[in-house]
Amino acid sequence: MTNPNGRFGVHGGQYIPETLMNAVIELEQAYDHYKNDPDFNRELTRLFNEYAGRPSRLYYAEKLTRELGGAKIYLKREDLNHTGAHKINNVLGQALLAKKMGKTRLIAETGAGQHGVATATAAALLDMECVVFMGEEDIRRQALNVYKMRLLGSQVVSVTSGTATLKDAVSEAMREWTSRIADTHYCLGSVMGPHPFPTIVRDFQAVISREARAQILEKEGRLPDAVIACVGGGSNAIGSFYHFIGDEGVRLIGCEAAGRGVNTAETAATIATGRLGIFHGMKSYFCQDQYGQIAPVYSISAGLDYPGIGPEHAHLHDIGRAEYVPITDEEAVEAFEYVSRTEGIIPALESAHALAHARKLAPTMGKDQIIIVTVSGRGDKDCAAIARYRGEDIHE
Amino acid sequence: MSKIQEAFAGGKAFIPFVTCGDPDLETTAAIVRAMARSGADLIELGIPFSDPTAEGPVIQEANLRALSGGVTTDRVFDLVRDLRRDVAVPLVFMTYANVVFSYGTEKFLANCAEAGVDGLILPDVPFEEKEDFAPLCRQYGVELISLVAPTSEGRAAAIAREAQGFVYIVSSLGVTGVRSEIKTDIPSLAGLVKANTQIPCAVGFGISTPAQAADMARHADGVIVGSAIVKLIGQYGREAVPHVAEYVKSMKDAIRSL
Repeated sequence: MTNPNGRFGVHGGQYIPETLMNAVIELEQAYDHYKNDPDFNRELTRLFNEYAGRPSRLYYAEKLTRELGGAKIYLKREDLNHTGAHKINNVLGQALLAKKMGKTRLIAETGAGQHGVATATAAALLDMECVVFMGEEDIRRQALNVYKMRLLGSQVVSVTSGTATLKDAVSEAMREWTSRIADTHYCLGSVMGPHPFPTIVRDFQAVISREARAQILEKEGRLPDAVIACVGGGSNAIGSFYHFIGDEGVRLIGCEAAGRGVNTAETAATIATGRLGIFHGMKSYFCQDQYGQIAPVYSISAGLDYPGIGPEHAHLHDIGRAEYVPITDEEAVEAFEYVSRTEGIIPALESAHALAHARKLAPTMGKDQIIIVTVSGRGDKDCAAIARYRGEDIHE
Repeated sequence: MSKIQEAFAGGKAFIPFVTCGDPDLETTAAIVRAMARSGADLIELGIPFSDPTAEGPVIQEANLRALSGGVTTDRVFDLVRDLRRDVAVPLVFMTYANVVFSYGTEKFLANCAEAGVDGLILPDVPFEEKEDFAPLCRQYGVELISLVAPTSEGRAAAIAREAQGFVYIVSSLGVTGVRSEIKTDIPSLAGLVKANTQIPCAVGFGISTPAQAADMARHADGVIVGSAIVKLIGQYGREAVPHVAEYVKSMKDAIRSL
């Protein structure tokens, strides 16, 4: 799907300062070399399996299926990975690549803190220095993850510019990278930013659909009718979709954070409300005003609180291969509570957006049909926020 | 010779930057006129963007001040039309790709040509992506300025060969902002650029004092200063005009005799 300039249809590209161009070219060359290197792949597979706990389970959610009364629902359990989310897949790949490139320092952005914790974890394991940029607002909301990153030996830098959330953390990490390139790799957390990041992150996350495709064939002897995942930048979604893209009968559905609704200003649903633009190194869809000023987006889920979407998703949307649906805060919170109660699995609030759509879709499908929903992360981090949303003040 | 290149014809050029609409467009108009009177050879006009990823804190804050004051791209075009009644120095827009792209690149450049903007600097559009903008820039006679950085090893010659107007040499790693010392080997970077193009080159990023300006101007054809001026505007607000005028004069005086 990728052409040599890192384009997915009209999307993608490398819209970054000249200062960073040689760094991304060097990264692309290193990646092109190591992605086919047997030693690199052996080492990464060992980390995936022995350290992160892969392959993740494809779990048949029998109670959920029975209660919803339609399609069979399987959950791809990325929440069971080490550090509690799919983020570790990409981070182990990038950290190992950076190490091979001779880099000694990782920098990263984080929203809810999951990618920051994963990067801090890989840095600890691989003896690398680590600095994580996090919006001041998110630091306040995610104190536990901030503590974890420091415990793992990373420095957490509070970002006060702009809206002090994820997009500003990305901007600040980019600024930091332009000032220190020689020893530093920017470990970008989603399928976004300048080429080659959307391709590299996708390839490391594609393990999700590589496993899921084999697992469903083994369990059911057939492919699923739909694959559902939540989308912020879109890394767990592209990982969940990738090996099914060629299977025409498989519907690919990305669930965006609609916040308080796509007809309000308090939303982060990029496909539903954004338009084509150029930002954070890529051409893609962005929430923006008529003059191209990036919109201050909102979602109850800090991990989906981003005004853009990865360029490959934008392309899959353009060509009609994937569908993108908005899910509101209320729908996500209800799904969070429902799946906890029904299956004894507390999903991340981000993943609850995907589960909310499965709740709507499954009853409309036949009992002989199959849905795979990716549970991208675990929900422990969200319990206090959900309690507050329901009017109960609990402290961690 | 283009109007931008003519700005370098009378000796070393001093190129000040201002964020349009910080603190308001009336003050920007007065500042630009004062800069022109005080010896500026070419003036960079920043169109504010919500997320200026190549800027340090000083210019980031100026962007936010301008946007919260209600500045839009259309109002910046009105500012240029007003300035062109009596300001003759070349004017160059400095903004981000999305501001131009989202406005409609062709409409943006047509407005530039009509209002009297001579060039465009887009720090998030490198050599590899310039074809999104360069053909329309050529069509409307707006010169797209190329940047060369300390990390442009193996790229500077190709960039210089296709450059228009002047080559913007980024003095240091990192974002815009005042620096006490510039460590890059500017003579060799400027030499590499000059070996590959006839058009002038100017050094920017981090320069704030007359001594730094003189030092840089010895190796290049001009000096660009942004953050030091924006800092004065941040400090004095609507009263900044005489302070900026005095500063521009002192910087131009420092390089005039080189």
